[in-house]
Amino acid sequence: MILTALCLTFIVFFMTNLYPNLEKLAKTQGNFRMSDEAVESYLENNGYLQPVYLKYAQWLGVAPGWEREVENGWRGRCARGTVTREELDAAPTFCGILQGDWGYSTVFKDEVGTLVATRLGLTGKLMFFVLLLMVPMALIVGVLAGMKEGSKTDRTLSTFSIATTATPEYVSGVIFIAVFASSAVGLKWFKGTATAAMEDANFENFFLPVLTIALYGMGYIARMTRASMTEVMTAQYIRTARLKGVSFPNIVLKHALRNALIAPFTVIMLQFPWLLNGVVIVETLFNYKGFGWLLVQAAGNNDIELLLAVSVVSVIVVLVTQLISDIGYVFLNPRIRIS
Amino acid sequence: MEPLTWAEILGRMFWQFMPVWIALIVLFAVSAAFKRKLGLYGKLYDSPIGLIGFGLVMFWVFTGIFGAMDLIITHDPLAQVSGMKNKVPGTPMRGAEDGEYMYYLLGGDNLARDVFSRMVDGAWVVVQIAPLATLFAFMVGITLGLPAGYYGGKLDTLLSFLANLILAFPVILLFYLLVTPEIVATGVPNYMATVLFVFPIIFVGVLLNSRYYTQPKFRTPLLIGVLGVMIWVYLSLISEVGSKVHVLPGILDLFDIPGGILVVFVSVVFVNSPTVFRIVRGLAMDIKTRDYVAAAQTRGEGPWYIMLWEILPNARGPLIVDFCLRIGYTTILLGTLGFFGLGLPPESPDWGSTINEGRKLLSIYLHPALPPALALLSLVLGLNLLADGLREESLKD
Repeated sequence: MILTALCLTFIVFFMTNLYPNLEKLAKTQGNFRMSDEAVESYLENNGYLQPVYLKYAQWLGVAPGWEREVENGWRGRCARGTVTREELDAAPTFCGILQGDWGYSTVFKDEVGTLVATRLGLTGKLMFFVLLLMVPMALIVGVLAGMKEGSKTDRTLSTFSIATTATPEYVSGVIFIAVFASSAVGLKWFKGTATAAMEDANFENFFLPVLTIALYGMGYIARMTRASMTEVMTAQYIRTARLKGVSFPNIVLKHALRNALIAPFTVIMLQFPWLLNGVVIVETLFNYKGFGWLLVQAAGNNDIELLLAVSVVSVIVVLVTQLISDIGYVFLNPRIRIS
Repeated sequence: MEPLTWAEILGRMFWQFMPVWIALIVLFAVSAAFKRKLGLYGKLYDSPIGLIGFGLVMFWVFTGIFGAMDLIITHDPLAQVSGMKNKVPGTPMRGAEDGEYMYYLLGGDNLARDVFSRMVDGAWVVVQIAPLATLFAFMVGITLGLPAGYYGGKLDTLLSFLANLILAFPVILLFYLLVTPEIVATGVPNYMATVLFVFPIIFVGVLLNSRYYTQPKFRTPLLIGVLGVMIWVYLSLISEVGSKVHVLPGILDLFDIPGGILVVFVSVVFVNSPTVFRIVRGLAMDIKTRDYVAAAQTRGEGPWYIMLWEILPNARGPLIVDFCLRIGYTTILLGTLGFFGLGLPPESPDWGSTINEGRKLLSIYLHPALPPALALLSLVLGLNLLADGLREESLKD
C-alpha cells in the first residue's frame, strides 16, 4: 500500500516536473512574456532545476532541503520567500511530508496543509450529505426491486437505476439546473450555485449538488443490491420461512435483508473513488470551492506541491476504502469470519 | 419571418433526421426478417429493453455517419452568423441567402453558431472515438490479462500491481496530468501511443500464429500480409510530422490524426485498459480450470493457442456485455474531458465541450447546453440498455 502511494506520488511528481510544465509555472508566477533566460533564472532560484529524484527526496523529507544565495539574501526549501542567512539557519534542515510540511502553494500563496484541510472539510460536508441521501435511497430501490424478480416494480426500478448510471454528473447537473434553478424558465426551487453553501448550507443551495452526485452513484449500488437480493430470495431458507407461513414483509426485513446487504457494502465502499470524480465535476459545475475545485485549480496552474498533496489525499482515500471494504466484508460475512 | 413554434421545430427536426429514420427502418426490417440466423444479435430482437437500447445507439451512430456526410446538419457547425447570438430555438436566420437553411432549429450558442448542427456533428466525434478506443483498451486488456490469469505467479503480481496503480488515480487527475498542452509538448502521449498501439499488432500476430502454426505454408504469407498492413497503419498512426515521434517520412504517412484527438484517444485507452485487464484476468483464472482446457493441454497445444482459441471464445459473453457498457463509459469520459476543456480544440463540437460552454450561461439561456446533454444521456442510456438486453439474452441459453 505504501509502495503504491510512493509510486503514484512519484508519477505525479515526475509529470509536474517536466520542463514545459515548469516553464508554464514560471510564466504564471512571473508574467507571460518572460524571456527564456528569465524563466531559467526563476526556476534556478526556486530550486526547480535540481534532478527529479533529489527534489522528490526533499519533498518526502529524506534529503535536506536546498539552499541558495540570491541577490538580496538567501532562499531555501524550508523558508518562505527571500530571507537572511540567520533565518535560513533557524529553519529546519529537513522539511518534507514526513516532517508534516506539505509545502507552499504557488497559486493561493498559502500553506498547502491548511489549504487542503479547509477544502477537505468542505468536501467532507458535501460527501456526508451525499452518503446520507444516496445509501438509503439505493438500498431501498435495490431491495424493492429485488423482492420479486420480474415484477412490474422490478422492471420500473431497474430501468430507473440504469438511467441514473447512464447519466454522468455534468449531464444531470445541467438538467437539474435547467429545470429547478434557471431564472428564465423552470421552477426556481433551488439555487444554481452552491457558493453560499460553503458557509451556511441549507436545503435551497445545497440540495442540487448533493442530488447530482448521489444519483450517479446510486444506480450502481441499487443494481448490486437488487442482484444480491434476488439471489437471497431464491435461497432455501427463505422458502422454508414462506412455507412456515411467515408474512412477506417479515421475511424481507428479518430473514433476507441482512444477508442481502453484504455485497452492497463492499460496493458502497468501492464507490468512494468514483464519488471523488463526481465531486470534482459537481464542485466545478456548482462553483463549490471544495477539494475537487482545489484539484482543478492545482492541476490547471501546475501548482506542484498542492497537486501532490491533493493526489496523496485522494490516493489515501482510495486505498483506505479498499482496506475498509475488505475488513468490513470479513466482519459482515459469517462464513468468512468463523472459518 | 416569424419564429417557429415548438411543433414546427420538432417537425423540421424530424424531417432533417430523415436519412437516419430510413436507415433505422431498413436495418430493423432486414434484421428482424433474418433474426433466426443471426445468433446473439438476432436474439436481441426478442428483448424489448435491448431493442430500445439498440435503437437509441444505432440512431446516434447513423446520425454521426450521415452528419459527417453533410446530410443532416443545416449549417456549418463552426460558422458564426451575426445577429444569431444566444437566439432561442426556431429563430429565423437573419439575411439568409437562397440555398441556405432558413432557421436555427435549436437556436444559437454564445458564439452565434447553430446548436442543432453542432449537436449532430458532436455525435460524429463520439462515434469515431468511443468504439475504437474501447476496442484498443480491450486489445491491451486481453493481451495482458490472459497470460496474467493463465500463468499466475510473478507475472500476475506485477501486472496486477500496475493495473491497481492506474486504478488508484482519480480519473480527472490523470487527465489533467496527461492531456495538457505542456505535456503534449514533451511528447509523453506520443510515447504512450507508441506503446499502447503495439498491443493490437501483438494480439493479431499471436492470434493468427497460434492458429496456423501447424500450416507454415499458409501461415507465413498470411502473417506477412496482415502484420505488414498493420505495422504500416501503426507507424502512420503514431508518427506525425512535427511531433516528438516522427518515424515515417511524410509521403508514406497514410493519415494524420487531427490535433488533440490522438492525445484524447490515448488517455481514454489508458484509463480503460486496467479495468478490462482485471475482468479478463478473472475470467481466465476461472476458465483455465475447465476440462476442455485440460484436454487441450493434454493434446500438447501451446499456451497461447489455449489462451486465445480455447479460453477467449468461452469468455466472450461477459466480454461483449462489458464492451457495450464500456463504450458508454468511454463516452462519459470523452464528455468529462470536453467538460474540463482538455484535449480537443475549444471550437470542437463534441458534446462535453458544448455542455461546458453552455453551462456558463445556463441560468439565462438553456438551449445551448441542453441538447448535447440530452444527446449524451440518450446514447449512454442506449448502450446500457443494450448491454442489459444482451446479458439477459445470453443468460437464457
